[in-house]
Amino acid sequence: MSTAASKHDLSRFGSEVMRFSPRQCDLMIVAGRVVMKMLPVLQRIWLQMPEPKWCISMGACACTGGVFDTYSVVQGIDRFMPVDVYVPGCPPRPEQLIRSIIDLQEKIQSGGTINAREFKLRILPEGPSRFDEDELIRIRERNGFKLEDQKYDPVH
Amino acid sequence: MANETTDSNTSDMESLKSRLADLLPGIALEWSEFRGQTRVVCPAGELLKCLNAFKQSGFDQLTDLTAVDLLEYGNVNDRFEVVYCLLSIDSGMRLIAKTYLNEPDLTIPSATSVWFGADWLEREVYDMYGIIFAGHPNFKRLLLPDDFQSFPLRKDYPVKGRGERHNFPVITRAES
Repeated sequence: MSTAASKHDLSRFGSEVMRFSPRQCDLMIVAGRVVMKMLPVLQRIWLQMPEPKWCISMGACACTGGVFDTYSVVQGIDRFMPVDVYVPGCPPRPEQLIRSIIDLQEKIQSGGTINAREFKLRILPEGPSRFDEDELIRIRERNGFKLEDQKYDPVH
Repeated sequence: MANETTDSNTSDMESLKSRLADLLPGIALEWSEFRGQTRVVCPAGELLKCLNAFKQSGFDQLTDLTAVDLLEYGNVNDRFEVVYCLLSIDSGMRLIAKTYLNEPDLTIPSATSVWFGADWLEREVYDMYGIIFAGHPNFKRLLLPDDFQSFPLRKDYPVKGRGERHNFPVITRAES
């Protein structure tokens, strides 16, 4: 929010207008952690936006789930939605968000689209697979299948 | 000054115990104290009578209603412990009332007939632990999605879940 305020002014990059309806937007910034109950809502909002559209995943929690590796927080929205720019940080500084919008503008300038026909070619999902490795290991162990060599797991 | 307040507290507690013994004849309440907190264990069959008696003795606010899973605690006979934190607004006395529950019968009468605030608190305890409160006006899950199959705060549920958090369709760029 301070990015759009007077000290780090976002409107100097032409990106000041924030609308409450996704039907009138080009860019969606997902800021903060996304709970599993909210993810279908987020996907529906993304589908409601008209082409051309882009997505910025802002903050550690939207990018990877952050510190909340629990049963209800989605570990990164890029598992379920196409994301163009990631902004790390917890919380990201206003300058980082401005940098991400400039990056997106450069990406559009270089790769770009005129009427979004190029997006139809990207048919494969681009984020990490939605199955965690340790979830798969747990499901397999519950079904009685054990791997012979345990891979080195520094966390557990 | 401090001596006066602690003396009046203990005398209040003694008078409270005697009043409750009069209101609840024949029910064995186990009183204990830890670091200034007074706890009482009620048998699960007589729970509503005990709660009504507590309310009559002046504990008019239910501050919290929660549950504890004692699965990995060691040295206990029962698995679940339902905890009622009570506060008397006039005198400032606090009381912790507990009952113990065991599987497979995890049903307990609802405290909404005694305190209205138990409504959402009981729904949350059901959501997280699976303890069923009989007689609740609107008994369903509070925080998790309605079709969630497990009870996450039980000790046999892993922190990272069993795959429910990622059980959603993937949207690719071409389908957007």
